Amino acid sequence: MDLHAVWFILLGALLAGYAVLDGFDLGVGILHLLARTDRDRRLFMNAIGPIWDGNEVWLITFGGALFAAFPMAYATIFSGFYVAFMTLLFALIFRAVSIEFRSKMTSAAWRRGWDFGFFGSSLLASFLFGVAVGNSMIGIALDERGVFIGRIVDLLNPYALMAGLTVACMFAMHGAIYLVLKIPRGEAQDRVRNWIWHTWGLFLVFYVLGSMYTLVAIPRATANFAEHPWAGAVVVLNVLAVANIPRSVFRGKMLQAFISSGVTIVALVFLFGMALWPNLVTARNDPSHNLTIYSAASSPKTLWIMFLVAVIGLPFVLTYTIVVYWTFRGRVELREHSY
Amino acid sequence: MFDVIFLSRLQFAFTIMFHYLFPPLTIGMGVVLVYLEGMFLLKRETIYETAARFWTSVYAVTFAVGVATGIVMEFEFGTNWAVYSRFVGDVFGSALAAEGIFAFFLESGFLAVLVFGWDRVTPRFHFLATIMVSLGSMFSAIWIIVANSWQQTPAGHQITAVLRDGKPWIVNGAAVMRAEVVDFWSVVLNHSTINRLTHTLIGAFLLGSFFVMSISAYYLLRGRHEEFARRSFSGGLLFGTLASIAALISGDLNARMVAAQQPAKFAAFEQHFTTGPGDLLFIPGGLSLLLYGDSRAEVMGLDRIRPEYRPPVMISSLSFRLMAALGMSFIALTVFACWLRWRGTLFDKRWLLWIFVFAVAGAVAANELGWAAAEVGRQPWIVHPNVVRDTSGRPVLDTEGFLRYRMEEGLLTRNAVSESVGGGEVLGSLLMFGFIYALLFWVWIYVLNDKIAKGPHPVQILDHTTAQNVLASAAGRTLHEESMSEAKEP
Repeated sequence: MDLHAVWFILLGALLAGYAVLDGFDLGVGILHLLARTDRDRRLFMNAIGPIWDGNEVWLITFGGALFAAFPMAYATIFSGFYVAFMTLLFALIFRAVSIEFRSKMTSAAWRRGWDFGFFGSSLLASFLFGVAVGNSMIGIALDERGVFIGRIVDLLNPYALMAGLTVACMFAMHGAIYLVLKIPRGEAQDRVRNWIWHTWGLFLVFYVLGSMYTLVAIPRATANFAEHPWAGAVVVLNVLAVANIPRSVFRGKMLQAFISSGVTIVALVFLFGMALWPNLVTARNDPSHNLTIYSAASSPKTLWIMFLVAVIGLPFVLTYTIVVYWTFRGRVELREHSY
Repeated sequence: MFDVIFLSRLQFAFTIMFHYLFPPLTIGMGVVLVYLEGMFLLKRETIYETAARFWTSVYAVTFAVGVATGIVMEFEFGTNWAVYSRFVGDVFGSALAAEGIFAFFLESGFLAVLVFGWDRVTPRFHFLATIMVSLGSMFSAIWIIVANSWQQTPAGHQITAVLRDGKPWIVNGAAVMRAEVVDFWSVVLNHSTINRLTHTLIGAFLLGSFFVMSISAYYLLRGRHEEFARRSFSGGLLFGTLASIAALISGDLNARMVAAQQPAKFAAFEQHFTTGPGDLLFIPGGLSLLLYGDSRAEVMGLDRIRPEYRPPVMISSLSFRLMAALGMSFIALTVFACWLRWRGTLFDKRWLLWIFVFAVAGAVAANELGWAAAEVGRQPWIVHPNVVRDTSGRPVLDTEGFLRYRMEEGLLTRNAVSESVGGGEVLGSLLMFGFIYALLFWVWIYVLNDKIAKGPHPVQILDHTTAQNVLASAAGRTLHEESMSEAKEP
């Protein structure tokens, strides 16, 4: 296997790590307004309190790794999706501000305002990630230098919008399962458990629609399966994981449900990679303008140096992540004196 | 209608200057936190723990804002400077990715332990987490300075044609060129990395100590938390004095380095227009004396630089001189305060304490101005090409008497912006950043004010030391109800 392929896989791993981890805390934000009482909302925010910031680092590192390994793709994607990225930055910063600020005053209107901010920015960020994935799937218009030559409205096509909604529903479901694991048993937890059914149902609708749309409209997405038939097992795994979510919730095995929704997300990221391979950015106007893992890459020397950096760094990263999650395991409680 | 180059530069300047309010403060305060927690473990006096908890709560909100505004910086190379990103990604992108892998995970992971972990982990483990966060913020500084220094004094790379299927990639009849790493360690340790890193870290330590002194002086003036404030101020003063003096020494080394590596930038700093002996403000020959120990030595002026390659003189020289003046006043202020502290009368001098309350603004300004001088002085280049030198190392002039650059290495800022982004879009994002950063700044000031008004909370120490397993003590404690900016109160 060459270094280009290794970096494609590493980027996929960073993206999957980001989607699984930040996915649930974005999902908690999407569900935030459904909580009835102030106490419940505080439970929600505190359930993700110590970890949401660290989860976002996966996205930052994904961006940095893309820059280092495939600068041509980094430049094209970030400048081509300018408005989308600026909106994403707005959402991510506004979300951080909302989490930090909501409970600093007791006024109901104050908290209500930040609640909307937290909800809106979480939904917007999740939706934008989906739109980005959707556009990567169907491709964008590129000139021979690999510069985006489409218009912004091209990015709001039906397929991309549907992908945006799919991701939002998937994260909401993932977040609901996480919340059931993290908040104390009782009435609030029962309500959240109900939301799993609704969000799962919505996700299933989009999942089926999206699969059909992809099969019909994007023949390239399945072309790689001819060469790598073993990848079909991931499709089966994906379907089984989706089906296992309601099964485990019904049997009260919430950790299993959480793992299943995590596996669902990882499998979808894998299939996304399978659909793209070996492209990073697909030119819908002319396949010879595709940015592939070869044409968009840094020099072999840099890929090798960065591979060594990743090999040294990633074991540490995994260790910190595990230590931090272990430290903050268990259910959230609120106390009198906490805001 | 909207000049995309100007707007992109304005946006980058605005977002980086806003971002840079926070990292030096966290780097500087990180050292303070490590010291406080280390002293607590050593001496077991509760005042250290009290102080550590207070400063951690202030530190955490600053850190959170720094992270949020840092994401913007990483995105902007791609969104606004796509041509630059394509040209330097092989070199510059690597430094950024290394920062993500080596620094960001370390910082943000252990920051959670720092803020939310007081009652969940042992003091030893908390101390370890503090060291990790502090180290992480310095790793960040290292990789960012490596990337930026390579822009100033590129090394360890070659400019080469991009290959497609093994052949040079030709677009419109010309091969597409870019910078590629040849020698990784030469990229990392290029001509300016060490000097600039040292100066940046010293600036951060200086800011951290002035921040601690500012809040402590305020408490002393208000007669609150006096024992805490006196000790914090004394510690901050010692640290701040050392940093102020070190800044002068490393500043001098940096000036020499700039004069040798980037003569245009140096001439702009000193407003040295005509080649010949250089004056320092009103001291004839002072500049030559300072640089070469000879008041008649020749210093290259802007007349040797082609007009189109001269940096904006006013902004770079004003920033540079203001920074230097602030640096000198820090030395005077801290040394004077040390003398009073030694005589035991420092805390009676209310006027001096008031100066220290506000001096932190000067420290912030000095950090920002230093960067403004470095970056504006690099213009019109986004990647500054090295100077052509003869065998004895002296710069070579062309037939018209202008300094020669290794042109293939350089990239002009005006040629580096994204092709697919229009002025209207950048104006829109600039306004968006104006709005969201105003909000962010308000949040930061608000939370900071709240923390300072509440003040440090004396803590009772539970003895965790018997717990053998670092994590075992966390098992029974499952409370974590605070935000990043809310350190746990007992």
